Amino acid sequence: MKTPILEVQNVTMRFGGIVANRDVSFAAERGAITALIGPNGAGKTTIFNCITGFYRASEGRILLNGRNGPQDIGQLMTRPITGGSHLVTRAGIARTFQNIRLFKEMSVVENLLVAQHLATRNNLLSGVFRTRAYRAAETEAVDRAYFWLSQMNLASDANRLAGELPYGRQRRLEIARAMCTSPALICLDEPAAGLNPSETRELSEVIQRLCAEHDLSVLVIEHDMGLVMRIADHIVVLDHGEVISDGTPDSVANDPAVIAAYLGVSEEEVTA
Amino acid sequence: MQNNRLASLLKEAVLTFVISLILFGPISGLVLDGFGFRNELGRSVTLAAIITAGRVLVSLAGMSEIGKRLRSRLTSSNSGVTVNTGQERSPLLPLAVLFLAGLALPFFADKYFLGIAILALIYCLLGLGLNIVVGLAGLLDLGFVAFYAVGAYLLALGYQYLGLGFWSALVIAPFLAGLFGMVLAFPVLKMHGDYLAIVTLGFGEIIRLVLNNWLEFTGGPNGAPVPAPTLFGLEFTRTAKQGGVPIHEFLGISYSGDYKFWFIYVVLFLVVCAVIYAVHRLRVMPLGRMWEALREDEIACRSLGVNHVFTKLSAFMLGASTGGIAGVFFAVHQGFVNPTSFTFFESALILAIVVLGGLGSTVGVVLAAIVLTILPELLRDFAEYRVLVFGILMVVMMIWKPRGLVRLTRPAFFPSSHSEAGIALRLEPQTEAGR
Repeated sequence: MKTPILEVQNVTMRFGGIVANRDVSFAAERGAITALIGPNGAGKTTIFNCITGFYRASEGRILLNGRNGPQDIGQLMTRPITGGSHLVTRAGIARTFQNIRLFKEMSVVENLLVAQHLATRNNLLSGVFRTRAYRAAETEAVDRAYFWLSQMNLASDANRLAGELPYGRQRRLEIARAMCTSPALICLDEPAAGLNPSETRELSEVIQRLCAEHDLSVLVIEHDMGLVMRIADHIVVLDHGEVISDGTPDSVANDPAVIAAYLGVSEEEVTA
Repeated sequence: MQNNRLASLLKEAVLTFVISLILFGPISGLVLDGFGFRNELGRSVTLAAIITAGRVLVSLAGMSEIGKRLRSRLTSSNSGVTVNTGQERSPLLPLAVLFLAGLALPFFADKYFLGIAILALIYCLLGLGLNIVVGLAGLLDLGFVAFYAVGAYLLALGYQYLGLGFWSALVIAPFLAGLFGMVLAFPVLKMHGDYLAIVTLGFGEIIRLVLNNWLEFTGGPNGAPVPAPTLFGLEFTRTAKQGGVPIHEFLGISYSGDYKFWFIYVVLFLVVCAVIYAVHRLRVMPLGRMWEALREDEIACRSLGVNHVFTKLSAFMLGASTGGIAGVFFAVHQGFVNPTSFTFFESALILAIVVLGGLGSTVGVVLAAIVLTILPELLRDFAEYRVLVFGILMVVMMIWKPRGLVRLTRPAFFPSSHSEAGIALRLEPQTEAGR
C-alpha cells in the first residue's frame, strides 16, 4: 500500500478552554480526493487551518509525506525566526479560502506570478538590471501562469484586474493561484460555496482533472453533498470536533452516526 | 424644474452664508484690544458674503454644459486601477526630452529657482522612498523623517568625527539608514495599520529628540556644520578648505557661488532618475509584486509561501535607504543641519506627497512632490495662510480624487511565443483585441 500524503495523528486544538478538535486522526491518500464534511461548527476549518499551517495544533502531529520525505507541519511553524506558515506552503501544501482572498487590485497574471516567487529571481539587482537569468525566469513564470490559466479556462481574463472577475471565475483563479506554488496536496475550503449548479459541475470536473492529470492529492471541505459524493474517493466526517465516520462515500452515507449528526435524532432514540 | 433648482441654490447659499458666518465671526469679527475686544462683525459678514458668492458661482458653473462635462470627467476617473493592454506607445521619447530638459535646467534658472528645484528633487526622493513603504507595501509610516535625519546627520557628524566627505556619505547613507529601518522594523512588523503608525511616529520623535538633546555628540539645537561637496578633489568654495583645488582656479574661470548648486542639482537629478528607474522596475519585479500582494492580503500571501516578515523588512529598509540619500543631499544643500528640520510636520508633508500622488504611483509621487514644493513658494505672499491652503487642497483632493492625482496602471503580461498558451493566443488574436 502507498503511504498516505497526509497523516493527521491525534490532533487536539484548544482555544483557551474551548476544545475545537479532540483527538482527530485521519489520513489523506496520495493521488485521491479526500473530503472533510460535517455540520456547521464541527471544527472542519480549524483542522484545515492546522494542516495548512495557520494554527499550531495544541496536541498531536500532522505529517506531510511530500517530495522531501515526511515533514512535521507543527515543527515547520515553530522553527525559530524563519518559521511560519509560509514554510508549510513551501513543503507542498497549498490552500484556498472559504471567503475568496485574491489580490484584487492586481491583474490576474500578477496574482499567479506572486505565487511563483520561489521560482522567479527575487534578487534586487538582477531585476533592476534585467539580467539574462532574471528574464528567463520571468518568462518561464509567465508561461506557467498562462498554462494554469488555460487549465482553468481563464486565459482570456489574464490581463484583467482580479477583483473585476465574476465570482465563479474568482474561485477558479484562486485554485489556479494555489496550483502555481506546485503543491503536492491542495486544500480547498468550500470551493463550491456560492456557485450555481453549472459552475459547480465545472468545478468538480476541474478538481477531478487536477487529481488525474497533475499527480495531485486533494483535500476538500464542502457542504454541497452532491459534489462531495460525486468526486470524493474517501470521506471523513467531523462532528463536535471529533471524527465520527471515515470511509468510502457509500459507507459514510449509510452510517447511522452521520445521519444522526446531520438530521438529528428523535428523542426516543436518545433515551433508548 | 427651474424653480426647484433655484430653491435649492438659494438654500445652499443661505447654508453656506450661515456656516461661514459662524466660522469667521469669532476669528475675524472680534479683535483683541488690550484686555477687552472690539467688535468688527462687519468684516466677517463681508468675508461670508464673498464665500457665499463663490459657492453660488461654483454651483452655477456646475449646472452649465461645460461644468457638467468637467464633473463627469473628474468623477469617472475615480475607478482607480486599470491594466495596460500591452499596446501602449513606449514613453521613451518624452522621457528622454524630460531628462535632457532637467539636466539643462541650471543654464536657464536663477539661483532662487535652482534652490527650489533642488528642494523639489529632495522631496521627490523622500516621496519615492515613502512610496515604497506606504504605497507599495501598505505599511503606514509616520516617522519617515527619522531616516532623512539619519542621512543628513551622517554627513555632518561623519565629517566632524571621521572626516567623511559628500561622496562617501552618499554611499554609506543608504546602508546606515537601511540599518536604522531594520532596527525599527523588527519589533513593529507584527503590528498593523494604526498601531504601526503610532510606533513609527514615536520612532521619528525619538530620533529628533536624541539629536536635540545629545549636546556633546550632535551639537544639540545648535546643529552641526556640513562640508561643501567636492568633485575629484575639486572644491566649490572660493578658497580650498578641504585640501583640494577650487574649481574656478582649475578651469580658469571667475568664481561664482552658483557652481556648488549646479553641481548638487546635477548629481541629485541623476540620483533621482536612477531611483525612479529602480522603483519603476520594482513594480514589475517579484519583490515589488510581493509587497503589493502583502498590502492586498497578508493571509493569502502566507498561504502562497511568501515570507511576510522578510518581505516587509525589505520594504522598510529600501524605503529608509532612499530617505537616507535624500538626507545627504539636504545637508549638503543647506550646509548646516539642526533638529528643527526633522519635525513631525516634515513626515506629514512627505506622507501628503505620497497620498496626493496616488499610493503606489511613481509618476504621481514625482508630480505631487514638485507641486507641494513649488506651491508654498508661489504662496509666499500668503505665508500666514499656507497651511490653510494646504488643508483645503487635501480636502478637495480626497473628495474628487481619493486615489491620487495619477491613475494607477498595472503592467500587462503575455506568454512567450514558444509556449502552448502563446501559440493558442496567436491563433485567436481577436479574443484578446476584443477586450
